[in-house]
Amino acid sequence: MQLVLEKRAERSTFIAVASPLIAIAFTLITMAVLFAILGKNPIAALNVYFVEPLTDSYSLMEIAVKATPLVMIAIGLSLCYLANVWNIGAEGQFIMGAVCGSWLAVVTNGTGAGHWVLPAMLVMGALGGALWALIPAICKVRFGANEILTSLMLVYVADLIMDYLVRGPWRDPKGLNFPTTAAFDPVATVPTLLDGSRLHAGSVAALIVVMLATVMLGRTIKGFESRVVGAAPRAARFGGFNSKQLVIFTFMVSGALAGLAGIIEVAGPVGVLQPGISPGYGFTAIIVAFLGRLNPVGILIAGLFLALTFIGGEGAQISMKIPLDLTKVFQGILLFYVLACDSLILYRIRLIFPLKKAAQGNVHGTA
Amino acid sequence: MLNPVPAQGPPAAAPLLQAIGMTKLYGTFAANDSIDIDLYAGEIHALLGENGAGKSTLVKVMYGLIQPTAGEMRWMGEKVVLVGPSAARAQGVGMVFQHFSLFENLTVAENVALGLDGKESFADMSARLAKVSNDYGLPLDPKREVWRLSVGERQRIEIVRALMQNPKLLILDEPTAVLTPQEADQLFIVLERLRSEGRALLYISHKLEEVKRLCDTATILRGGKKVATCNPHQETAASLARMMVGADIGIVKAGAARATTVPRLVIKDLSLEPDDPHGTYLKSISLEVKGGEILGIAGVAGNGQDEFFAALSGERLSGAEGNIVIDGEAAGLMSVTERRRLGAAFVPEERLGHGTAPRMKLSENALLTGHAASHMVNHGFIDKPATLETVDKTTKTFDVRKAKRDPEAASLSGGNLQKFIVGREILREPGVLVVSQPTWGVDAGAAAVIRQALLDLSGRGTAVLVISQDLDELAEISDRIAVMFHGHLSEPIPAASANREKLGLLMGGSPAGESTGQKEAVHAVGA
Repeated sequence: MQLVLEKRAERSTFIAVASPLIAIAFTLITMAVLFAILGKNPIAALNVYFVEPLTDSYSLMEIAVKATPLVMIAIGLSLCYLANVWNIGAEGQFIMGAVCGSWLAVVTNGTGAGHWVLPAMLVMGALGGALWALIPAICKVRFGANEILTSLMLVYVADLIMDYLVRGPWRDPKGLNFPTTAAFDPVATVPTLLDGSRLHAGSVAALIVVMLATVMLGRTIKGFESRVVGAAPRAARFGGFNSKQLVIFTFMVSGALAGLAGIIEVAGPVGVLQPGISPGYGFTAIIVAFLGRLNPVGILIAGLFLALTFIGGEGAQISMKIPLDLTKVFQGILLFYVLACDSLILYRIRLIFPLKKAAQGNVHGTA
Repeated sequence: MLNPVPAQGPPAAAPLLQAIGMTKLYGTFAANDSIDIDLYAGEIHALLGENGAGKSTLVKVMYGLIQPTAGEMRWMGEKVVLVGPSAARAQGVGMVFQHFSLFENLTVAENVALGLDGKESFADMSARLAKVSNDYGLPLDPKREVWRLSVGERQRIEIVRALMQNPKLLILDEPTAVLTPQEADQLFIVLERLRSEGRALLYISHKLEEVKRLCDTATILRGGKKVATCNPHQETAASLARMMVGADIGIVKAGAARATTVPRLVIKDLSLEPDDPHGTYLKSISLEVKGGEILGIAGVAGNGQDEFFAALSGERLSGAEGNIVIDGEAAGLMSVTERRRLGAAFVPEERLGHGTAPRMKLSENALLTGHAASHMVNHGFIDKPATLETVDKTTKTFDVRKAKRDPEAASLSGGNLQKFIVGREILREPGVLVVSQPTWGVDAGAAAVIRQALLDLSGRGTAVLVISQDLDELAEISDRIAVMFHGHLSEPIPAASANREKLGLLMGGSPAGESTGQKEAVHAVGA
């Protein structure tokens, strides 16, 4: 028996929709096996992970809070990936956005500045992320440097810059030497949507980003350009699209979105700039982008799902003593299955059974 | 032509390979619909058909590359299932593909070694390679790197590689498509020799004269079904074409008065370095194409045609503004889009991946080149109805056949996609059209439609530059023909006075084609 991947004549729309679901199903099975190996009841563990967070309003709002940065970052990344630009450094752009925006919050802290502070912080956050993303983009266009490496390495640079700032010049003098800035003023804080909850206006911004991205990718020539450069670079060049400009464009847009997500995160749920503002949003967003099929609406759904795993992971750690790191294992397995299932969109699986050589002698001579 | 082997009648023995009821479904589309074909040893069997008729599918099944949905294959009377090409090779099936699969940086021997399943040492293999290639009159130096070789020589590697496995059946997919007439004649001698050795050959071609000359039997496919098996010697090219197309093919006619007016495309002293290390330098090319004129560029592939096309389209810039003048505007430094806005249009050789994005819809592929000069984009927003309208118009004007209104480009057959690509550009009524291999790998019916469209366009005053390896095509539609060799372009000569021998010599790099007379005159003066 032989297993063959056979190319389809046209991409399968059914599989394109079903592939993330198949991937999730395989992931759940694998996770159940892992739980069993750890000596936990798989059904109970999966229940804590994926069902319990959906049963109370606090958890539901927490899911939205966690999904907000994931969706925003993933939308930008999807633009890059569609154009065959491999920005892996969204985590760094997220941090630099948070740092640049926070600068304004730090210098205006306690000065009684007006309501212009928050909008200005958002602009600076987006700008910070975009400029940080510009570095690998320029390195790629000018020197042919591999953007996967450069963008990834800049994550650690960004992380250490933030670390230096909150431990040094920006440290809260009244903060008992903890590495953190002073709590942001109310004018430097993203307003919450409901009193007493952490659900904030940033979630609305994420929804707007989803809508804008849908229009941009489907209806504008720039969106077409991004898709065609990624799908068929030579045809794109023949069409008159400049792939170098597009590298700069996609990197800056995704950097801006990651930076915006960063400043919204520190000016919203966190409220101060401190190490550990991101539990790896920039990396998880890569999974979100692919799980969402690089489609804005798909990304919204995938972002909510991945946020669920963060919340579920915390719940599982508390109630079943399952290590939190298992959430990352889960996310990695999910990405693996998503990419594997994607090949079924263009290929179908066939099993071939070769005949046993039958010893039939006189077949010769049939006229 | 030499003909060392006496023609043989159909052997009375059982067929070497018998395909019975061969069916291949893609979804509900039948690429092959219960095809029966018998291949005999000592026979050259032609497989004829339009593009999309199912020829490639059938031979890929025979070579184990794809698995049939139904039907069985009998090899020397015994039922076989070929799970892959290596299984087919083990039975004794060899195949020479139209597109060579060679590594340019490796030597001939290394390339051959990669394609063999055997366990013999590299030295033994090289020696055997040299012997086989000499025995068959296909001289090859095993130590030479592939990038140094001409297209004809590269094809020899593919043939020798197949022969080294001593195949009982050799399948050749359009082997003469890339050869000069003289090279093709040499190939025929080799094929006749193989026939005389008792091998079966399955020969796919569009060139009906070739089939009549070379083949003993012809099987004709149309729309996935077998139409007929016949003796090509007893048929005319027209009757074969009729069976292939299912109707008489219109003969291409030039428009009435083709007033040759002012030059619309002027190329002055164009030189260009190649993009990749194995490309060809363009050396000081100068040319004028007038409105209402079709100028043909002949030449064997790889002599700079790709670089020339890229320089004309603006995909590569030559660095000097005045090198290329489109309708009086110096366009040498302009981008593809700016050149399109001047009224130029381009059709590249590769349909999939260059002329179109394969996995995108036709409407998006209309936008690919149409965004520059047509009204498909408003303030950055795509006018989707306008792109669909272009698809519909092209479909109607050029008879593009497809399964639905707006399918992915890759799902169209070669001929239909080519009609779409050429049609997409012609509908814009360009002032200058540059076409590379307009009917390459396209069936006779579609080719006639495309050539007629080019003639009609030039009749409306457009300057048309056609780069083609098909001399018959150039003779049919061109007013003047120039030959490209090693990045040089010969002086264009009127098509009426350009016979195959003359062009063939120029294509092989011999200056004898046109300048013999002058040279002799010079010698005479010198002496």
